[in-house]
Amino acid sequence: MNHIISVLVENKSGVLAKISGLFSRRGFNIESLAVGPTEDDKISRITLVVSAEEHSIEQVIKQLYKLINVIKIQELNPSNIVERELVLIKVSTDSKIRAEILEIVNIFRANIVDVSKKSLLIEITGTESKISALEELLRPYGILELIRTGKIACARGSKS
Amino acid sequence: MSKITGAQMLIKCLGNEGVEVIFGYPGGSVIPIYDAIYDSSIRHILVRHEQCAAHAADGYARATGKTGVCMATSGPGGTNLVTGIANAYMDSIPIVAITGQVATGVIGTDAFQEADITGITAPITKHNYLVKNIKELPIIIKEAFFIASTGRPGPVLIDIPVDISKGLIDENIKIKMDLKGYKPTYKGNLKQVKQAAVKIFASKKPVIFAGGGIISSNASGILTKFARETKIPVITTLLGKGCFPEEDELSLKMAGMHGTKYANLAFTNTDLVIAVGVRFDDRITGKLSKFVPNAEIIHIDIDPAEIGKNVKTNIPIVGDAKIVLEDLNNEYKKLVSREGSPDRSDWLNEIKELKKKYPLRYDKDSEKIKPAYIVEKIYEITKGDAIICTEVGQNQMWAAQFYKFTRPRTFISSGGLGTMGFGLPASIGAKVGMADRMVIDIAGDGSIQMVSQELATAVTNKIPIKIMILNNGYLGMVRQWQELFYNRRYSETCIHNCVDFVKLVEAYGGAGFRVKKKCDVESTIKKALEINNLVLVDFWIDREENVFPMVEPGAPINKMLEGK
Repeated sequence: MNHIISVLVENKSGVLAKISGLFSRRGFNIESLAVGPTEDDKISRITLVVSAEEHSIEQVIKQLYKLINVIKIQELNPSNIVERELVLIKVSTDSKIRAEILEIVNIFRANIVDVSKKSLLIEITGTESKISALEELLRPYGILELIRTGKIACARGSKS
Repeated sequence: MSKITGAQMLIKCLGNEGVEVIFGYPGGSVIPIYDAIYDSSIRHILVRHEQCAAHAADGYARATGKTGVCMATSGPGGTNLVTGIANAYMDSIPIVAITGQVATGVIGTDAFQEADITGITAPITKHNYLVKNIKELPIIIKEAFFIASTGRPGPVLIDIPVDISKGLIDENIKIKMDLKGYKPTYKGNLKQVKQAAVKIFASKKPVIFAGGGIISSNASGILTKFARETKIPVITTLLGKGCFPEEDELSLKMAGMHGTKYANLAFTNTDLVIAVGVRFDDRITGKLSKFVPNAEIIHIDIDPAEIGKNVKTNIPIVGDAKIVLEDLNNEYKKLVSREGSPDRSDWLNEIKELKKKYPLRYDKDSEKIKPAYIVEKIYEITKGDAIICTEVGQNQMWAAQFYKFTRPRTFISSGGLGTMGFGLPASIGAKVGMADRMVIDIAGDGSIQMVSQELATAVTNKIPIKIMILNNGYLGMVRQWQELFYNRRYSETCIHNCVDFVKLVEAYGGAGFRVKKKCDVESTIKKALEINNLVLVDFWIDREENVFPMVEPGAPINKMLEGK
């Protein structure tokens, strides 16, 4: 089962390596990872998606807490969060089928951010299921490149 | 504003932390630091290999309860420390390792003697630092000692580039520690403690299971009081040895693979395990699904990650062993004053019977020198008052089984990592820290050869440790497994007659004796302990003596192999 873990860390060099190293040596897999500074530039937020059983995820969180640079960890409840991922998809195309693809893009409220004679670059943000659906529809046209940022998520409501 | 060098600041800060001794080895990147040591009152013990600097700092920390300090240069100096740091990490021992690093400007260029030691040691340190700005040096040192010695203790490494050591810093720089992500819990949740007291009160067959955490939190006093007042038997781990007097009738000594059969059977029959400062290692539990099949578990530990890691816990209590045990003792007393002491005489009788039925034993009538006999004699002659260090393997298990440990910090052994070659440097560290105590390394002929260069360290620094080699000409523990589980195919485990240990120690300036006859064992030990110098005694023991009882790897702990 996938779990979304949001980790606040001190924004210092080597911290990301310590966190990713902990995952590999304790035998846990990271499905996705996104990092960036928070409203306080001394603190960064790492959003991790981890595939693990309930018991293991507890152990991951406890082990993460032992890292001195880790300040706070939240496991986000998927039913009460806003989650987003940004994906860039380069699709092979030509003048004949471009309109067909544009139609799909519009339905998904995605954007075209670059056009060339033989390709389109599409930008989409959203949940994993929305992105997967678009990916499936575009696949038959030939996906040349696909780049994901990794998931970020925020709990709903005023509590941080 | 007076300026001093980074190296001078380092030494000044170490002084502020109360450091009395550094175990180390110089090299290119730490020459500025060694230049500052030249003027310092802090003692420096020059080892002969950096691994032993880390082990000596570790042994010093275990014997004294203070934080041990080791130092090495960049590159190979640092990588040689790695085994010693990993050893301290596995056993939660507070050491601070200081390494030199190439200059900040050339880090990452594969410069001469460059190694990414913070990267290498990340998985085996509690925390580590690469000092990139000289202004951070004092605060990093303060934090390093704080982190190493508090919470669940462990090694911290500080990597100092040579230009930082040579650079200048304001001597009176103000520092303020701000560790946002580090707040160990010391006081256990009182509701949980009360629940635990009730559960213990109601238990018919409780055991206390005490580990190294008791020793690191200096809780053996309260543990002993609690066990005696509640009349609950005590089982220890290897690293818990000494936290409860083994001559006490409530002591079941050590459980596990080579533990006592009565401790293992008590685990199998108990209805409540009060685990304090232990981590349910596989060498203790054996087959996990069959471990304590009839018991509920109260687990007290300062590290929340240990709770529920290997076994399911009924009442978890995160906190310092000493503080939690004090609270638990008070809560239990309240119950007793209200309802009287519970009667557990049946359980205590059962324990007594088990102890009578399955004592640790060896062939006392044998003409050959049995290792257990040597250890018993060392116990008798030292009256149980020595600090015993061990190597790893059969020697370690015989020492653990047949010496009766009565005080904390008297048994110093590599538990988690199982590092051969630990005992000699650790005994050097222990003796430096506890100069007025007798320090004995019970060694094997295999382990000692991993670090025999340290005989020089002992002699030149006038550290009069005693080394008792239980020499069987084998890598004995592996040979034992080959005998029992690999059809006696002794692949690469015979090291018979490869070195004359007496000549070896004499070459370094120590005294050496060889004992081939049982009747000379006692007198030679006595003689060795009287000489105020490094002494090595080479005991030629029964070569194929095994460590029994033994739980086969992967078997439940109540199924023990026993010798003839």
